[in-house]
Amino acid sequence: MNDITGLTLIETLKALEEKKFSSEELNKAYLERIEKINPRLNIFLEIKKNPQNMPAAIKDIICTQNIRTTAGSKILSNFVPPYSATVIDRLKEKGIGIIGKTNLDEFAMGSSGENSAYGPTKNPWNETKVPGGSSSGSAAAVAADLCTFALGTDTGGSIRQPASLCGVVGLKPSYGRVPRYGAIAMASSLDQIGPITKSVADARLVLEWISGPDGKDSNCVDPASCKVTPCAARGCLAGVRVGVPREYFGKGLDKGVEKVIREAIKKLEELGAEIVEVSLPHTEYAVAAYYIIMSSEVSSNMAKFDGIRFGSGREDFGPEVKRRIMLGTFALSTGYYDDYFAKAAEVRTLIKQDFEKAFEKCEVIVGPVSPTVAWNLGEKIEDPLTMYLSDVYTIPASLAGIPGLSVPCGFSDGLPVGLQILGKYLDEETILNIGEIYEQSTDWHNKKPDLGKEA
Amino acid sequence: MNQYEPVIGLEVHVELNTKSKMFSGSSADYFSKEPNSCTDPTNLGLPGSLPYINEQAIEDCMKIGLALNCQIADVSRFERKNYFYPDLPKGYQISQYRWPLCKNGWLEVEDKDGNVTKIRINRVHQEEDTGKLTHTDGQTLIDFNRSSVPLVEIVSEPDFHDSSQVRDYAKKLQQIFRYLGVSNADMERGDMRLEANVSVRKIGETELPNYRIELKNINSFRFMVAAIEYEIKRQIEALEKGEKLTQETRGWNENKKETFLQRSKEEAHDYRYFPDPDLPEIRMEESRVKSLESGMPELPEAKVKRFISDYGISKANAQILVDSKELANYFEKTVEDGKDIGVSPTDIANYIINRKVNIDEVKPKQVVEEIANRKVGVVEDEGEIEKVVDEVLMENEKSVDDYKNGKTNAIQSLIGGVMRKTGGKVNIETVRRVLQEKLES
Repeated sequence: MNDITGLTLIETLKALEEKKFSSEELNKAYLERIEKINPRLNIFLEIKKNPQNMPAAIKDIICTQNIRTTAGSKILSNFVPPYSATVIDRLKEKGIGIIGKTNLDEFAMGSSGENSAYGPTKNPWNETKVPGGSSSGSAAAVAADLCTFALGTDTGGSIRQPASLCGVVGLKPSYGRVPRYGAIAMASSLDQIGPITKSVADARLVLEWISGPDGKDSNCVDPASCKVTPCAARGCLAGVRVGVPREYFGKGLDKGVEKVIREAIKKLEELGAEIVEVSLPHTEYAVAAYYIIMSSEVSSNMAKFDGIRFGSGREDFGPEVKRRIMLGTFALSTGYYDDYFAKAAEVRTLIKQDFEKAFEKCEVIVGPVSPTVAWNLGEKIEDPLTMYLSDVYTIPASLAGIPGLSVPCGFSDGLPVGLQILGKYLDEETILNIGEIYEQSTDWHNKKPDLGKEA
Repeated sequence: MNQYEPVIGLEVHVELNTKSKMFSGSSADYFSKEPNSCTDPTNLGLPGSLPYINEQAIEDCMKIGLALNCQIADVSRFERKNYFYPDLPKGYQISQYRWPLCKNGWLEVEDKDGNVTKIRINRVHQEEDTGKLTHTDGQTLIDFNRSSVPLVEIVSEPDFHDSSQVRDYAKKLQQIFRYLGVSNADMERGDMRLEANVSVRKIGETELPNYRIELKNINSFRFMVAAIEYEIKRQIEALEKGEKLTQETRGWNENKKETFLQRSKEEAHDYRYFPDPDLPEIRMEESRVKSLESGMPELPEAKVKRFISDYGISKANAQILVDSKELANYFEKTVEDGKDIGVSPTDIANYIINRKVNIDEVKPKQVVEEIANRKVGVVEDEGEIEKVVDEVLMENEKSVDDYKNGKTNAIQSLIGGVMRKTGGKVNIETVRRVLQEKLES
């Protein structure tokens, strides 16, 4: 069976159960494909020699016991964690194995993958393009069929944006749904671990595996609210109100992307959804507030990398990490706290309220994930501000702590575009159901990048 | 010289004796354990680790707050105090700043002349301890066993004007910690640490001086008092010479009996406090505070008052007996045992204090009998004793019947009767023998 690697997670589980192939054959198929493709795309920082069980790819910011975990940083080039993240332990209980650790922007700081100390990952759809970031390797690994599914982390869009740019499904759960223990912190009040998958149903399954309190992440919510029921009524969105925020279709949104998103919204309408215009008036302040809150937390979270107990010295931090440490240190300094951090926290509350108000009129909010499709490697790396603005549609949901899904919804200039579906806090169920109904009534999820004859 | 008055505020840190650490599962009972054996990813500050609140520590902190007459905040928060030091693995200490757990309390202290002053307590908050550095042979070793052991900080207002008040305050706090059972509060082991902010001003002035000297790393009450005395003198002399004093941190050199400069203001940190995003707000339900309040033990201050009113003992004696909960309990048990045979609480108090009774070895009953026996000598004549015994036997038919029916314990109350009649001035063993002879004849 040469198309083992093309199967979704759920299809693979079924095939294993029906003994269509063995776990050994499964891992062998993936490993062979990785050997052929990885050297070109630079997706994996670590490839397991004898992978077993269900082969998953893990973003290299999630601690794996006895497997080197670098966070994409030179500072951790020799760091082998003595413990595993909660999500890793939970996957292991479900029979999931690790096939490799995936490349990322250093400490998840970036939107293109180019801030990795180990060289950029390339987009499987076009090797001259970025895969998005910071979960670059995880999204690219799923797009290139180098794993059954992957885990990423999302702080301001780091799951949704690369999923969009690589044409796969990416879910950022509500803040507090998945325990963060073992995920190396970037900005603690925003970080969430989530799945990157080949189908919406796969994302739902993985979410259920990894959700719920672990007694280690104090911000994790009650297990009673963590059950995600599978999609009941397929193929129909009658009675569902879909909000379209006018602020997500303004200046800066690429025309080609806009066209694809508008078509996707039309499709939702065809499926029976009622389309309502909503407003998220504080969207324009989101990026600024995010950069203050995130960098403040970063400046404190990065302090442990002092080279005393593990890792090398802080001179090994890359430029983007240093930039954020400096920004955050400034924002928290005496005399500046009220003007920066406290103000940003107020904006965050307003943004949360924007969503609460909008959700009075609709069950989900849809729009673009990224204002553009994947751009050229090197194109924005010298211009951090432009890079920051590429997260303008993902950041508000991060600040509000609500769940967001990216579902493939077409192409522009031959590159994938993702539809972002945002839901109420802890209502992953609805966004997954709507995402799945959309996915199953379109063909976008079946499109695969052409990786040439070697693949 | 005496136209100046000292203005002193105190910061007291106390390590709690909880089973596990403030934010993770490893043992907090680290004393004399092998270095770095009481650690886990969280208190080593490993990448990916997270803090998880120890509820026992929060309760202990609230108990301290309640004992110090504080309000318990409805909502409190942990914040990060950011600074770099090799014994601080995360690069920040999880502490409380804007939203402490307990605030606005007070404690009454006595100075050396017995004057009572109310010291206002600004806050009682929860934080975590740091690791420990050992400098040897040009090397520095780090032991993280102490890292993240729960620590409570008690910050007073600058209400002290005399070192004897400071001593009394520290002593009283230590007693309270021990009564609550939240800490051993041992100064030498570092369970309890004092920092004093000392400045002086002209008598009559009401504004706080525009500088303060922080006395730090002083590990005994005695040294702290000495350091404060020294500072007061040094500062007055400096001001008299027209020198300008500025903020600095000083330590105590016991050999030279003087304070020395540790850090000046220029080296002060900007801690960049901000709410710890890893930890949720603590919302304190009234019912939880109520149930803690009702479970509070009787505290030393109240016990002293009760001992004076219930037992008629002197204040000085009451204070000595209340020094530890164990001694106070021992005293009360002895008083109970002494009732039957007419040994008074005053005699018991005097005996325990003067004889320095080892309460771990000597039983309360022994103390009572010993006191009774000490009054021997006045009535030596057995005939006289027999007369009294006969009287007592006549007056206590029930006890006599009880004894004869096998309740040999009844002899205790008969002995008591004899003791009362003779004012305790008989040998208790003689009385027992005579009684037994008569009862069994």
